[in-house]
Parts: sequence; structure tokens; C-alpha cells
Amino acid sequence: MTKPKPILDVIDMNKDFQVKSKTALFRKPASVQVLNQISFELIEGETLSIVGESGCGKTTLGRCIVRGMDASSGQVIYHTEDGQQIDFLKLKGKGSKTYRREIQMIFQDPYSSLSPRMSVFDIISEPLIANFKLSKAEVEEKVTLIAEKTGLNVSYLRRYPHAFSGGQRQRIAIARALITQPRLIVCDEAVSALDVSIQAQIINLLKDLQEQFRITYIFISHDLSIVQNISDRVAVMHLGRIVELAASESLFGQPRHPYTEALMSAVPQPDPELKKNRIILEGEVPNPANPPSGCHFHPRCAYRTEKCVKEVPELREVGYNHFTACHYAEELKLKGVHNELADEA
Amino acid sequence: MRTIPAFKRQKPETLRPKKNTDANYSSQWRLMYLRFKKHKLAQISLFILALLYTVALFAQFIAPYGLQSYDSKYVNVPPMGFKFIDADGKFHIKPFVYELKSTRDPETMRKIFVPDTEKRHSLQFFVKGEEYKFLGLIKTSTHLIGVKEPGRVFLLGTDGMGRDLFSRIILGSQISLSIPLVGVGISLVIGLIIGGISGYFGGWLDSIIQRVIEIIRSFPTLPLWMALSAAIPPRIPVVTMYLYIVIIFAFIGWTDLARVVRGKFISLKNEDYVIAAKIAGVGSTKIIIKHLLPGFISYLVVATTLAIPGMILAETAMSFLGLGIRSPATSWGVLLQEAQKIENVALYPWKLFPLGIVILTVLTYNFLGDGLRDAADPYKK
Repeated sequence: MTKPKPILDVIDMNKDFQVKSKTALFRKPASVQVLNQISFELIEGETLSIVGESGCGKTTLGRCIVRGMDASSGQVIYHTEDGQQIDFLKLKGKGSKTYRREIQMIFQDPYSSLSPRMSVFDIISEPLIANFKLSKAEVEEKVTLIAEKTGLNVSYLRRYPHAFSGGQRQRIAIARALITQPRLIVCDEAVSALDVSIQAQIINLLKDLQEQFRITYIFISHDLSIVQNISDRVAVMHLGRIVELAASESLFGQPRHPYTEALMSAVPQPDPELKKNRIILEGEVPNPANPPSGCHFHPRCAYRTEKCVKEVPELREVGYNHFTACHYAEELKLKGVHNELADEA
Repeated sequence: MRTIPAFKRQKPETLRPKKNTDANYSSQWRLMYLRFKKHKLAQISLFILALLYTVALFAQFIAPYGLQSYDSKYVNVPPMGFKFIDADGKFHIKPFVYELKSTRDPETMRKIFVPDTEKRHSLQFFVKGEEYKFLGLIKTSTHLIGVKEPGRVFLLGTDGMGRDLFSRIILGSQISLSIPLVGVGISLVIGLIIGGISGYFGGWLDSIIQRVIEIIRSFPTLPLWMALSAAIPPRIPVVTMYLYIVIIFAFIGWTDLARVVRGKFISLKNEDYVIAAKIAGVGSTKIIIKHLLPGFISYLVVATTLAIPGMILAETAMSFLGLGIRSPATSWGVLLQEAQKIENVALYPWKLFPLGIVILTVLTYNFLGDGLRDAADPYKK
């Protein structure tokens, strides 16, 4: 087996949001740290899922990587196909197009991510026209090809988005992301706005496309059943930090962070016979403008000690390629997702 | 370079719609048009406005008398309707008017006019009258309707100098209906640029522009008009004066439109589909032209339509106060100056006719704007 080839290194990414105070006129605006020293490596061809509760910074992370938003600091090193390493966040000017088109994004809401004022054909062809010099016939050929690949009826391409259902719209969005032949696609909750049956279709489509074109995915989601199904590795985020990062089986089988355990216990079980031990977290999600001391999770953690209140845990390797940010990762015996199929196998 | 694998296949056609009404193929503009078609009141308003503007365009031709003509014999003549049946009960196919004799009211000794049933003047099309330039180009003296000399026709009466009010309302509409259009046009350009800059770039530039707008908007308009119109030198040609007044209006009018544009820019630039275009590598200029502008242009049409009646009223008010258009040029506001004296209103109420036409125009513009707003709103059922 060849050594896994990295495609993207995210190094120490931070993102602050300025919060304007409505009462004070001259006071310095407070800032909220939404992303805190995020670092991870992405291997070509894998699917890395990012999970976490609402407001933990998943979407911000995704947008900062594709430069839909500007990160406050940090680097995103992009490994091009011919082996160059480029800081993706510092790309500027005309030359940057070549690389920027190789990282694309699929949005959560297929209703707001498609311009209501353009026909589907124009929506899909837009990135193509922006990046390549092609004749009309070539554009038409590429668009029809990609439309077929994503399961869109080619004869409907001259229609406007309002003529399509949510699932079809998401297919349009996927077609738009694919048309520039990207190597990496960030899927920001790409299926959470869809029906369960449609979700399965779209997930299968994404998987098929991944096999065909060797695409790497960053899959942002809060739906753990889907994440377990599709990802190679999973990163768990809590309040702007990655608290656990591991291969999918390892994480779901044996989580090492109490927050991950709590998330897992919330996954719905299809079997009603199975006894459920749901961990209900006490209290509320801490205010990111004023995060708790030490481990950010300690106010809600059942296993907390004095050390947790005082010391910030580092993200460290506790098993083979299993990273976690908990002082007691080795001692705690945490429960993963009970997986019938895995047990039988 | 990896390419999408091509395989042999039949070339499918992307259907282009033939002429059809299928909403699935309809662009935003077409949907808007279809909804507008359902709004009867707005359509009637559009028709009336089209009529008013057509009349204004051909004003010199339609008006029986020119701007300069007056007749001191016929001062404060009440409106005379045309008749079909004469004093003897005889029916005439051609409508006619009687010549007027002036006498004195035996009680008040006021000058009054009584029809002289002996002298009939039938109304005629294409009568020779005062000379003018048709559309400013062709010299002619033909007027659409009128009576042969020495007859006179005053459909809406005359004013204190013996000028035909009907003709003057029509001639005045040229200025009263076009000033708002030009004024709003200029404010639109200024508003679009400044509002666009404010909304797209944001930050301290936005703050400065917004504060300036607030300052301009907090000026009391009446003293501002007076000050600005005092700056217009007296005895200047009508065209120059017209230009000055338009600029005065545009100076105040752009702030509203700039705010509409700014708000739309801010809300649209954070839309997912705009961010998607940005990620896809579409340039800023193209994003503005292809995504932002189409996104709010329908709202802009509405805002513009609704800004016009305000300008009509402002022009009328300014001219009424003697700050705007001055004689010999005329506008509806100038005509209403005569209605300033209570005596005039009490004795010669027809001098309020210009008011009616102002109300009609403002109402139709408002109805039209309402209709457009309903049509442009995608969330309305």
C-alpha cells in the first residue's frame, strides 16, 4: 500500500467574530472566538466528517477553508496534484483560479444556494465559464454530461430552480460543485435539509461520484448515523475546538472524550428492544464569548475533576491515529454506538 | 489532468422553451409580468399614465391654444361644455359652442358671460391656430381641436389673464410629468452608486455615507428649497431653470434610493448563492452584475415608481409657492398659484382643475407602484 497522500493541511486556524455592542458607542467591540487553533490533515480520497452541536463552528470552519469567509489567522496548505504546497488562504489574483476551482462547496439549504434568477443550465455552467475559456458547444456538452452524472433530467435544464424539489435542487448544487472537476468538496450539512429517503439517494450519489472522480470530502453534519455510514475519519468539534479526531470505527466503537460519548448516546436506535442509556447533558451550551476555564466541556461533564477546571487539555494521540483532548482519555471507559451489524460481523 | 470520462452516447437536447406559459420555464421577470397582469387597478393606472404622457408629448398639438396666447376680452370665463342641441331644440351632428357676450351682473355688477345663441361655432379637428414646432422639430400651426376665428373655446374656462386653462393644463403637464422622471432618474443613478458602495464595501465608508444621508434627510425641506431656488439666477431660459430644479430634487431624492440599494446589497451579498459564485471563482464585477443587480432590480423599479408621486407633489408645491418654474413657462403648480386667493376659489372654482389632475396622477402612480410591488414580491400568493 502506498503511503497516504495528504491533500490539505489545516494549521492553527482561528476565526474571531466582532460583536458590536448596541449600548456602548465607543467601547472596543467584543470578539468571540469561533474557531480556536483548529489543525488537521486531510488525506486524498478520504471522507472526513466534522460533527458537533449547533454553534460549535462546523460551518464556519467549512467556509473558512473554501474562503467563503476569511479566517482570522492560520494556514491551509493545499497539496496540488503535481506535489506543490500552496497556502490556499493567501492565493490572490488570476493564477489563484487554477487552484481555487479545485476546492468546491455544497451548501446546506438547496433553496437559498441556487439563484432564483438563473436557469439551471446557467447555474451549473457559471463556474465553468468563470474558470475556463470554452465555446458554447463545449459548455453545453460538459453541462449535459455532469447533469446526467448527477441524475438530473437533461431536458429540464432550461427550467428555473423554482420548478424543482429539494432533492433535485441539491443535485443541481452538486452538479455545480462538480463541474470544475474539484479534488476536494466541502459538504456543509449537504443532506440535512432533505427527507430521509432523499438523503439516502444524495449520499449514494456523493459516494458514487467519490469513487469515479477520486474526490475528497469534508462532510459537515450533525447527523451521526449518516456520518458513521460514510466517513473514513471523524472530527468532533466543541466550542470552536476539535476535541476528538479518529478513524470512524475507532471513534464510534470506543470514544475517548466524554462529549463524544454524549453525542453518540443521542443517536436514535432503530431497534426498540435495545435498552437506551441516554446521557443528558446538564446545563446549557457555554457562551462562546465567555468560555469556561480549563476544559471547555467541564461544566457539563460527568467525569470532571479539579484538573479539568484549571488546565486546558491538549489534543494528543491516545490510540492508533486516535486523537483526543481529555485529561482522562486513558482511564475512562466510555460507551460507543451499539452497532448490531458490527456485532454480528 | 483528470478529465470526466467521455463515453459514446446520443446527444441529448436541453429543451429550450418554445413560446409557452409554463411557469417552470419562466424567468423572474416573466413571473412578475404574469402576476402584474392579474392586478387590474395597476393596469388601469398604467393605461391612464400612458395616456397622460402621450398627451404631454403632443401637448402643443392637442392644446387648442399656445402658451403665449391670451385674450383680455375673456377673463375668468367659466368652463363651457360643447353642445349638440341648440337653443331652438335642433340637433347638430357636429358639437358646437356659442360665442360669449360679456355683461354685468345687475346685482353685484360683476362681469359675467352669457352665451350668444345667435353665433354658433362648431368644434373642428385640425384647425389652424397659433404657430408652434411639432415635437420641437416641424413648424406647423395645426391644432387637434378648436373653433374657427373669431370663435373661442374654453373647455375648462380661463384664468385671470384670459388664458385657456385646458390648454395650459396640457402644456403644463410637459414640465410637471417630466421633472419627476428626470429627477428620479438622476437620484437613481446617484443612489445606486453611493448605496452600492455603502452596501458592498461596508465598514467605515458605510458609516460615513449613512451619517451624510441622515444629515441630508434631516434638513427641513421647505427652507432648503427656498435657499436653493434663491440661488437660481433670475431671468434665465426655461430649459436652464428646468435643469436647476431637477438638480434640487435629485439632491434630496437620492437618499431614499441609496438606502434601498444599500439594504438590498447587504442582504444579498450574504446569500448562499452569492457565496457559491464567489467560491466558484466568479469575479466581483460579474457577481454584482449577474447576482446582486438582478436580485434587487425589481425592488428598485418599485421604489422608483413610488418615489415619483413624491416628486410631482414637491414640484407642484414649489411652483405653487413661486419657488419653482416661473412664467412664461407653466406647470400644474404655477397654474395653482391663482388658487392662492380665496376670492378666486370662491368665485371661479374651475381654477382648481389642475389640482384634480395632480391628484389623478399621484394616485395612478401609487396604484401602479402597489401593483408592481405585489408582482415583485416572490412570497406573495
